[in-house]
Amino acid sequence: MIVEIGHFALVLALAVAIAQTVAPMLGAYRRDAALMAIAGPAALLQLALVSLAFAALTWAFLVSDFSLKLAYDNSHSAKPLIYKISGVWGNHEGSMVLWVLILALFGAMVALFGRNLPDTLRARVLSVQASIAVAFLLFIVLTSNPFIRLDPAPFEGTGLNPLLQDRALAFHPPWLYAGYVGYSMTFSFAVAALIEGRVDASWARWVRPWALAAWLSLTIGIAMGSWWAYYTLGWGGFWFWDPVENASLMPWIVGTALLHSAIVAEKRGALKSWTLLLAIIAFSLSLLGTFLVRSGVLTSVHAFAVDPERGIFILGILIFFVGGSLALYAWRAPLLKTGGIFAPVSREGALLVNNLLLAAATAAVFFGTLYPLLLDAVNGPKITVGPTFFNLTFVPIFVVLLLLVPFGPFLGWKRADIQGAAERLMVAAGLAFVAMLLAYAFMWDGPWLAPLGIALAVWLVAGAASEIAWRIKLFSVPLTESMARARRSPRAAWGMALAHGGLGIAVAGIVGVTAWRAETIVALAPGESTQLAGYTLTLEAVGMRDGPNFEATTGVVRIDRGDRFVARLMPEKRRFPAERQEKTEAGIHTNWLSDIYVVLGDVAGEGKWVVRAYRNALAPWIWIGGMIMAIGGAISLTDRRLRVGAPVNAKTHAGARPVAAE
Amino acid sequence: MTRKQRRAAFIAVGLAILALAVGLVLYAMRDSIVFFYSPSDVVEREVAPGQRIRLGGLVETGSVETLADGAARFNVTDMVETITVSYRGILPDLFRENQGVIAEGMLLEDGTFAADTVLAKHDETYMPPEVVDALKRGGNWQGEGAEASHAETYGQGSYP
Repeated sequence: MIVEIGHFALVLALAVAIAQTVAPMLGAYRRDAALMAIAGPAALLQLALVSLAFAALTWAFLVSDFSLKLAYDNSHSAKPLIYKISGVWGNHEGSMVLWVLILALFGAMVALFGRNLPDTLRARVLSVQASIAVAFLLFIVLTSNPFIRLDPAPFEGTGLNPLLQDRALAFHPPWLYAGYVGYSMTFSFAVAALIEGRVDASWARWVRPWALAAWLSLTIGIAMGSWWAYYTLGWGGFWFWDPVENASLMPWIVGTALLHSAIVAEKRGALKSWTLLLAIIAFSLSLLGTFLVRSGVLTSVHAFAVDPERGIFILGILIFFVGGSLALYAWRAPLLKTGGIFAPVSREGALLVNNLLLAAATAAVFFGTLYPLLLDAVNGPKITVGPTFFNLTFVPIFVVLLLLVPFGPFLGWKRADIQGAAERLMVAAGLAFVAMLLAYAFMWDGPWLAPLGIALAVWLVAGAASEIAWRIKLFSVPLTESMARARRSPRAAWGMALAHGGLGIAVAGIVGVTAWRAETIVALAPGESTQLAGYTLTLEAVGMRDGPNFEATTGVVRIDRGDRFVARLMPEKRRFPAERQEKTEAGIHTNWLSDIYVVLGDVAGEGKWVVRAYRNALAPWIWIGGMIMAIGGAISLTDRRLRVGAPVNAKTHAGARPVAAE
Repeated sequence: MTRKQRRAAFIAVGLAILALAVGLVLYAMRDSIVFFYSPSDVVEREVAPGQRIRLGGLVETGSVETLADGAARFNVTDMVETITVSYRGILPDLFRENQGVIAEGMLLEDGTFAADTVLAKHDETYMPPEVVDALKRGGNWQGEGAEASHAETYGQGSYP
């Protein structure tokens, strides 16, 4: 019964979303306040109904109601509780319901907190948002119904793909979706603004928190996905340039560009139509990601089911929203008034270059991801565009960008003094140079480019720190005065410094893992040892153990450094009888500077086991950096200026002034 | 700086970045694209040793052995031609005999294939589409497993 209520609620949500699409748009056109007023309550009702549907689905998984086909296909009564819950979105249908739930949540937030938006803009935003919900609710109801029953009900479920039976499943998809769907909000604002034919500072002010929220969710989602891949795939990599990963990276890069261009649109009234275009592209790429992952065009664990009908439906949604919004853009964007002229060397100019570089990086990733698919579609040769391609295209573009990052905050609006900025960055440049020399001195046997990468990382971190130091006049005024200045500095400034610094830390991690990985693969009998980067790894024993829904072969590996005991790791090979699959659990010891990563392989004859081990230098920094970036975004989000919705003239606001202009 | 000069400066920067991106893509296209071959293709087209390729087919039953130093050796076949593959590493969880596999690496002078990456299918029913095509061309497709999709990639072992 509960399942049927859920199904009914989902269909009702579709009806509500249709009403929410049509009525407010019409109301805004006719200046009819009553019609426009439907938008808010409809958005809340839609959220309530989708929540009900989602709750019904979760309930069926919790009580292991295998008469629900979805639960039968993806759950098992012996599965731990957390996987029963996260299993709800560990499949195609359930994940689409989660998608729509987050979509409805964002819409409801605009309805709740957007009371000070102009009436027509608010009505149009909610209408566009609802139209996206209509498309996806139709998609679920017509092609991916999660509420199908089985009769007779099976006694036991078939279980969840073991690779998905991981705590990260509880966090990675929701955050990623919050990011993807978050860009639906900026998209709705962009389309509404195009229909209104007006983009002003208050519009940009309204878009920024959404762009920021989406960006930080996506940052967390991508970082968690990468960390998950790192510890679960058993070969210690953190990024594979897999199309599915690229699909999440592209909206992230464009979203980063949007974040920066929205600042220019808000503070200076320039780059307006460019900002609109980025908002449209960011969501288009989110949709493209959904299409690539959900259509079965690509096969991976992300693609739960291959069903051409679904692929064509999502392709239809993609074409409608991307084509429609771009056509609207082509028609309406020339009507927008441009404002705020600026010199090439200025904060605006720097942010524009940032945007161009990010766009170029996106284009490279886009090309590398879709070219093989296109070639295959026209029956060309089957090719693979692997990591080498991305390392040769994306990486150089990003390096240029990263070199320029610390300059941005030191440049004033309209016209800036690049020499002055360079002087203020002398300390950071010096630190980067010293770091490079140290890296050459200690890691002389690694690739020669690696110390340059470390220098780049230090440049970013020190550059971000320099900006804060100048802002609070560290060492040039008494310390107490600096502290007071630190407290008075806008949170957005702290957020930016953290995000840029976190980026530097992540870069260091990426360089370390890529350049200074030590690796060994040996066959060991219990009691035998091997050497890895100054550590002694001893396979002490191999045993069997039973987990809740798997049986495991566990190796006990003792790690020593000289005479000092470091850690005892237990890498496992797990077999899941219900799903008839195996899964590798790596044993990882970290000292926050590097990881020792051990995987237990197959039997290699005569009581020996294959043991593969890595020393991954600076590996934890990748995710620490990612989290610092996300925290920076969160701190920015709490900035007073972003919370206060009323339009304030940027020129009269203290926080808007850059340090260099003081 | 006049308005015209300013605009020229922006266009110049934009074009420079565009040129950078296009140049990098064209450069990377030259030697970072990996072609897929079946064992028959390798023999027919006389793929040169040292060229990086993807080799796909079925893992020949009974051919898998783990050598004493931890390296693995197995035969990849499309029922017409067979190539011996050696791989230093732990085979993916889903690697099995008589099932589809893709090995990435290069041919050696002795005609064997040295793989640095081995990709296996994702689940019980999945067969890499390139392998399906290769088997079909070899006339050995028995229609088992899932229908071919346009899938191009899957991770090492399986992909999260």
